[in-house]
Amino acid sequence: MFAYYLDLAWRSLKRTPILAGLMVLAIALGIGASITMLTVLRNLSGNPLPGRSEVLFHPQVDPRPADLPGAKEEPPDDLTYLDAVNLYQLGIAPRRAVMSSNWLPVRKDAPDSPLAMFSDRATTADFFAMFGVPFVYGSAWSAQDDANHAQVVVLSRAMNQKLFGGENSVGKTLVIATKTFRVAGVVDDWNPQPHFYDLNGGAYGKGEQMYLPFFTWLDLPQDYGYGPMQCWGNDPNAGTHDPKAKQCTWAQFWVQLDTPAQVADYRAALNQYSAQQHQLGRYQRAPDVRLRGLLDWLDAKHVIPVTVRMQTWIAFGVLLICLVNTVGLMVAKFLRKSGEIGVRRALGASRRAVFTQCLVEAGVIGVAGGLLGLPLAWLGLWMVRQQPVSFAASAHFEPSMLGAALALAVLSALAAGVWPALRASSVAPALQVKSL
Amino acid sequence: MKLHPMIAALRKHKAGVVLIALQIALTLAIVCNAIFIIGQRISRVNRPTGLDESNLFLVSQQWVGAPSADSADGVAKLDAMQKEDLVALRNLPSVASVAPINSLPLLNSSWIGSVSLKPDAKFSDKAGNARTAYYFTDEQAMSTLGVKLVAGRWFNAGDVQHQGFRDNPPHPVVIVTKAMADKLFPAGDAVGKAVYADGSSSPSTIVGVVARLQVPATGSWVNDFAWNATLIPTRLNSNGSRYAVRAKPGQLEAAMKAVAPTLYRVNPLRVLDDDSVKSFADIRAKAYRADVGMAILMGVICLVLLSVTAAGIVGLTSFWVGQRHRQIGVRRALGARKVDILHYFQLENLLIAGSGALIGIGLALALNLWLMRHYEMDRLPLPYTLIGVLAVLVLGQCAVFVPARRASNVPPVTATRAV
Repeated sequence: MFAYYLDLAWRSLKRTPILAGLMVLAIALGIGASITMLTVLRNLSGNPLPGRSEVLFHPQVDPRPADLPGAKEEPPDDLTYLDAVNLYQLGIAPRRAVMSSNWLPVRKDAPDSPLAMFSDRATTADFFAMFGVPFVYGSAWSAQDDANHAQVVVLSRAMNQKLFGGENSVGKTLVIATKTFRVAGVVDDWNPQPHFYDLNGGAYGKGEQMYLPFFTWLDLPQDYGYGPMQCWGNDPNAGTHDPKAKQCTWAQFWVQLDTPAQVADYRAALNQYSAQQHQLGRYQRAPDVRLRGLLDWLDAKHVIPVTVRMQTWIAFGVLLICLVNTVGLMVAKFLRKSGEIGVRRALGASRRAVFTQCLVEAGVIGVAGGLLGLPLAWLGLWMVRQQPVSFAASAHFEPSMLGAALALAVLSALAAGVWPALRASSVAPALQVKSL
Repeated sequence: MKLHPMIAALRKHKAGVVLIALQIALTLAIVCNAIFIIGQRISRVNRPTGLDESNLFLVSQQWVGAPSADSADGVAKLDAMQKEDLVALRNLPSVASVAPINSLPLLNSSWIGSVSLKPDAKFSDKAGNARTAYYFTDEQAMSTLGVKLVAGRWFNAGDVQHQGFRDNPPHPVVIVTKAMADKLFPAGDAVGKAVYADGSSSPSTIVGVVARLQVPATGSWVNDFAWNATLIPTRLNSNGSRYAVRAKPGQLEAAMKAVAPTLYRVNPLRVLDDDSVKSFADIRAKAYRADVGMAILMGVICLVLLSVTAAGIVGLTSFWVGQRHRQIGVRRALGARKVDILHYFQLENLLIAGSGALIGIGLALALNLWLMRHYEMDRLPLPYTLIGVLAVLVLGQCAVFVPARRASNVPPVTATRAV
């Protein structure tokens, strides 16, 4: 019976190609717009480190003065230098990494080679293992290198391409801020989106160019600039770009905790540390700590850009208008067949059969609209990629959206078809047959 | 033509009428707000900075291995290096003038503070206090930037000091924008008055007022003080420096090309990369990229919505024309002219689109309220609503024309035929 309805639907659509085309086009436009934005939303809210996100945690403590005007409830995202060092030395997490973003002048270790500024991440050895950063050549530096303030550097694949033509550069040297550094390893393209471990420069964007040991970077002049600082109080150093200033937060800190027991222990340790600092008089506020898992952290920071959410609403507005449009066209389409429906009803077809037949026709329109909507969504994503926004590169088509697009198209076409089909099935057979 | 029979006829196919009206209302709601967003972005992009933007470019460079700006000795050395650079650039044949400066409008790198009428002011004091962005520059800035002085005098060479970028010495003279002068001194007598920067206890005398100068930041957070700029005659010394350069007319490209070799000749130990020498046109384009992108996107959405709606009107009206084939024939046979039939469908569409537009105005305002609450939108002004209404009415008339003309071509003889 279904095959017969399909055949009828096909014949009926062929008879009014323009009307059918308009309906398919309307559904396709609505689907194209909404699938584009759904894909962008999905790309942006994805898990940046599947498989590892469950064991990564972001500790926060509150070193701010008690009466700071305009201070939010939430402790600062980043740590002061002192807290970063203290928590780094608190050895109870299986892995931990302290880090910050900065810029340094780099040149090849050859006379007269030109200088260029590169962005880099100063961090500690566990960063690579903890976040699962893949290496092309060599390996991470060791905890011993961290302790020794060793002058070693890990390059990104792109930077290795630029400076060494992509060859295995492990053991070669570079001049960074007038000091000589040895290349320890080269990492593969690694750029988790959202850029969860440091959201200060926005949640999406380009990856790191190179990595240096955190404590080695502190030995270099900091004049070349580093990530944003938040300062308070009357400390003469506050706001003057001294990373060791007591009243400035700027360093990110992450720990790996493998079991719920470890998480509980670590939380207790953070509280204990805060209480101890409070007793020493360094912290004015009562212990207020956070230990969020990676995905909770991203939720709390609302990483999805406001414009994307607004554009998603607009896309669904477009879909709604396209559906209203389709409902109108379907009413016209089905009622135009009133004579035919009257004959079928007179020959014994039930209302239900007429209703089903009209819905099958709506479904066929939905499938066609979905199929046409897919290339439109692909075009839409291409347009998003052309936009000058930081998340442009992460807007790519996902195969899983194929099914979603078709399902959404068929569902919306069926929803649009219900009322016109009801109207068609309530056609009075006698009236129609009489006028034939 | 009387409306009464038309309304009676419309009641015969309520469903189609309601659907078209609903579609027009929804389209109007989105299109009004989208046009408003486009209008806002365009007016943002077109606002003048107060600079003479042609032939202007910016050099940003960084020395490597330079002395630290934390010691007096280091500051003196850095200043000497900066002066060497300035002399070399000013001697270029294609260059008209050069001024050291910490930032430019639209560069989004700012030094923000607040200037008050009283010494030792707290940041939380509201009265007699103006938020401002500082430009640290020298006596050549007026000709280099092309700003217009409206009162008082410009800096002279004797006013110009230098300081390490972390220091905060007194600044005896400043020049402010007219917007700022009017805020602090509504009587219009700012020149010669003393103000205090950032809670300082030492006065700065306003020696001049410039007509207009935008702050460097372009985000919505500076909306309250976008025109409150303060110029300070001081070279900032750090391990990097920025120079605003005005090229001689028609020699912008030559001047930009000459910068890197000239500065390398002065001192090769520095970083100058692709981004270091930027024309102001590039700075402007980069600052407003996102706004232009948003305006284009909204434009595309408007077009898509309007064409879908137009297609819907064409489809439904064609259906009605087909349905009323015989009635049209009867009317023609009874003496109606072609143009009467045409007008009938046009007026019918105007009626439907008009009622849809009425509902649409309400929806547009509701959508605007919702956007204001969640997405930092401003209140939708009336003209945009009217433009939107006009757009959907014209759209309706265009869409109905083809089916209506087909209807008017139905021959009177149809009336005599059986359907």
